[in-house]
Amino acid sequence: MSGDSPDSRPATDGGSPASGGVPEADSRPMPSEQPGPEERNYPTGRRNLEGIRIDPVVEAEHESRRAVISALVEDEPGVLARVSGLVSRRQFNIESLTVGPTTVEGHSRITMVVEETDPGIDQIEKQMAKLKPVISVGEVSGDAVTSELVLLKVQADDPAAVHAVSEMYDGRTVDAGPETITVELTGDNASIDNAIGAFERFGIVEIARTGPTALARGNTPTAPGEKPGTAGEPTTHDD
Amino acid sequence: MSDTAAQPREDDAEEPKDPPDADESVAAETDDPSDTDGPVTGPVSTGAESVVAALEAAGAETAFGVQGGAIMPVYDALYDSSIRHVTMAHEQGAAHAADAYGVVAGEPGLCLATSGPGATNLVTGIADADMDSDAMLALTGQVPTEFVGNDAFQETDTVGVTRPITKHNYFANGADTVGDTVGEAFELSRAGRPGPTLVDLPKDVTQAETEETPGPAAPPAGTDPDPNADADAVEDAARAIEAAERPVCLFGGGVIKADASDAARTFARSYGIPVTTTMPGIGSFPEDDDLCLSWGGMHGTGYANMAITHTDCLIAVGTRFDDRLTGGIDTFAPEAEVVHIDIDPAEISKNVYADYPLIGDAERILEQLTAAVREAPDAEAWRDRCAEWKETYPLTYATPEDEPLKPQFVVEAFDEATDYDTIVTTGVGQHQMWASQFWTYTEPRTWISSHGLGTMGYGVPAAVGARVAADTMGEQDREVVCFDGDGSFLMTMQELSVAVREDLDITIAVLNNEYIGMVRQWQDAFYEGRHMASDYTWMPEFDKLAEAFGALGLRVDDYDEVAPAVEEALDYDGPAVIDFHVDPEENVLPMVPSGGANGKFATAEDQL
Repeated sequence: MSGDSPDSRPATDGGSPASGGVPEADSRPMPSEQPGPEERNYPTGRRNLEGIRIDPVVEAEHESRRAVISALVEDEPGVLARVSGLVSRRQFNIESLTVGPTTVEGHSRITMVVEETDPGIDQIEKQMAKLKPVISVGEVSGDAVTSELVLLKVQADDPAAVHAVSEMYDGRTVDAGPETITVELTGDNASIDNAIGAFERFGIVEIARTGPTALARGNTPTAPGEKPGTAGEPTTHDD
Repeated sequence: MSDTAAQPREDDAEEPKDPPDADESVAAETDDPSDTDGPVTGPVSTGAESVVAALEAAGAETAFGVQGGAIMPVYDALYDSSIRHVTMAHEQGAAHAADAYGVVAGEPGLCLATSGPGATNLVTGIADADMDSDAMLALTGQVPTEFVGNDAFQETDTVGVTRPITKHNYFANGADTVGDTVGEAFELSRAGRPGPTLVDLPKDVTQAETEETPGPAAPPAGTDPDPNADADAVEDAARAIEAAERPVCLFGGGVIKADASDAARTFARSYGIPVTTTMPGIGSFPEDDDLCLSWGGMHGTGYANMAITHTDCLIAVGTRFDDRLTGGIDTFAPEAEVVHIDIDPAEISKNVYADYPLIGDAERILEQLTAAVREAPDAEAWRDRCAEWKETYPLTYATPEDEPLKPQFVVEAFDEATDYDTIVTTGVGQHQMWASQFWTYTEPRTWISSHGLGTMGYGVPAAVGARVAADTMGEQDREVVCFDGDGSFLMTMQELSVAVREDLDITIAVLNNEYIGMVRQWQDAFYEGRHMASDYTWMPEFDKLAEAFGALGLRVDDYDEVAPAVEEALDYDGPAVIDFHVDPEENVLPMVPSGGANGKFATAEDQL
C-alpha cells in the first residue's frame, strides 16, 4: 500500500524507543499500577462446554442420543478411510458403520450410527459434508426403517431347541453340523439384542454383526436431496 | 536430502542439467509467459507435461521444491516451463515458502517433493497450511504404480499420510487424466474455505505418453459455495447489531483470505463498532485506528480481552474460535449474542454457539450487513469504556539501563525504520508474540506467521516465499523482515542458503535469548522454574553462520547498536541476519493462562 515515509508511522503503544539510543523512561502505566486479574469486574454470564450461552430458560446440558446418519458418497478408493478417519479423529463416538453400493453406478451409501449430543450430531453431518466424495449427508428421521444382519454360531447340543428359538426370532439356519449350528437373523436393534440373549443359553461360539443400515419411510429421501435412483443415472443432490 | 545416491539414475545420467541459476533463469523465465494470451497449454506428450500444462493454465507462476527420483519427470517438464522453480534446501522449507507465497500473493502456493522422505518432509508444512486455511497445492512423486504398496524404495503412502491434513488429496491413476486432476486440485485449494490439496504422482503416470491436453481447471462440483448469506438471516443479524449496547467486531484470518478487509473497515467505521482481531486476522483492520483494540486471546492485548469479555454482541468474521483465542469456552464473551460469518458451515457453532450464523463469502456478507444495518448501535459509552481499557492496559515493557537489550525494543526499532507495507514473517515462540504485539500492522497480507499449528522454523522459509511473491508482484521495494527465535531459526536456517543463491532481499532478526523462551516462560510459571531442555546456551554465533552462508551477518548486544544495525541490514541488498542478544529472562505479557478466562489476563509474572 502506502508510500508514507517511515517517519509518519504512528508510535506503537508499547515502550518508546528513541531512535538510535537507550530508550527513554516509559510514561505508560506499568503492571504494578494496573488492576490485577482479581480486581477487575466480570460479567456473570457463562457458556457451557458446547459454547452455548447459559440462559436460565435454556437447558445447559445436552443429553447424548442415538442417531442414524446416512451419506451418499462417490464410490472412490479411500472414501471409507476418509469418513472413518474424520469421525475417529474428531473423537465422535461411533457405534457402527455399514457401506454398500446403491443402484447408481459409482455411488455408495454409508450408514453410521452414533451416540452424541445434538451439537455433536450436527458437527458430524457438517464435517462429513465437507469431504469431497460425500454427495449428500443427513440424519435419518426417527421413524426410519432400520435393520441389522447378524450371524450366530452356537453349540449344536440341542438342535431342536436351537431351531425353536431361531423360529421365534424369524431366524434362518444357514449351516448345521454335529458340533455347531449357524443362524442368520435380521431385525432392528432391540430384536437382535433380544435374540442374542435367547441364544446365549446354547453357548455362542462366534458372532458377526453388521451394524444397522437404514432407509427413511415413504417418500422422504434418506439422505437430504436424494432423488429416486435408477441404475446408470446419477442421483445428484440439489446444488 | 531425498534424492539419495542410492536412487537409480537412469533419467539424469547422460545430460546433467544445470540447477536453475539464480539471476539468468529468473530473468529469462519471468520474461517468458507475459505474451501468452491464447490457449496457455500447448500439446503435451507425457503425463508430466500434462501436469505442468495444467499448472500453467491454472495460473501458477512459482513453485518451491526439491528434486528427487520419483518426481524427476515433472521437474524435467518444468525445465521448459514459464513457471519459476525455487529449489529449497529442505522440503519443509518448500512447503512453508509455498504457503507464505500464497498468503502474500493471494494465490495458491505450489510445492513439489519426491516420494517417501520428500513427501513426508512436506507434511509439517501441509499441516501448517491446513490449520491456517491457506490455499496450497503439493505435488509429490510416487513410486511406479506396480510397486505401490510393496514397500518399494522411497515409498510412503502419501495419500494416507496426508489425508487428515489436506482439504482433499488425489492419487493420479493415469497419464490421460493427471493434468485435469492437478488443475482441479489447484482450484479446489482456493475454492470456498481455502486449504492445502495434494496430488500424488506415480512415476509411470508422469512418464507415460499421452496426447490428452488438460481442460480448463475448475474446482469439483459443489465445492464453491454460494457467496451470499441468506437474506432473512442477514436482516435478523442486523437487528441484533442495531440493538447492541456493547458491540465488538472480531476479524479473523478469513477476512484477509476473502479479501474482505476493505468491507470490514467500512462496516466497523460506518457504525462505530470497536474492532478486535484474532492473531491470523492481524492486518485486516489498521491497528492505528481509534476503533482498533488489536488482537485478543492468550497473548493478546488486555483491552481486546476486556472488550471480548464484556461485549453483548460479538460480530465474528472468518474465525474458528481457536482455544488460544477463546481461553476457557465458559468464560468467552459470556454475555454476547454471537453473529458468526464464515464460508465453512462446519465452523458454525463448532466451538462457540452462533446465535446468528451467516454462511458465505466474508466480503459479500459484510456488504450485505452494511446495507442492512439502518441505525448504528448506541455505543458511545461502550466506546469510552474500550478507550479507558486501552489507557489502563497498554502493551508495555520496562527498560532499566542496567538490564540487557529488550526484544520488544528491537521489534519497535524495525517498525519505526520500515514502511507500512513491510511484510513480517516469524517463527514460533516468544519472538512471534513480540513481533505481533509491538509492531503496528495496518495492511492485510503483511503478517505471515504459523498460527494454528505453531510451527517453529516457519520464519525463514516463509520469508523466502514472501520475498519471491513480492518480487513476482513487482513489489521489489517492499521490505521483508523475519523475526525469529534462536531455537526456531536453528530449525530451518538452511534455507538461508536459498536466500543467498536467489539473492533475496530479506532481513532476519534473531531475538536470541539462549532459551527456547516460551517453554522457559511456562516452566517458570507452571513448573517451578525447572528448565528441562529449554536452556539453549549452546547456540552458535548466528552472525558468523550468516557469513558462512554468504549473507550479511551482524551481532547486537546493546541499545545504541540497534538502530545502526537495523539500518545497515535493511539497506543491504540481499539476505542479512542480525543476531540480537536480548534479555533471556524477558516474558511475554499479558498472558491468559491456558483455558483461563480472557478477562483474567495477567500483566505480571506474579499474577500467573
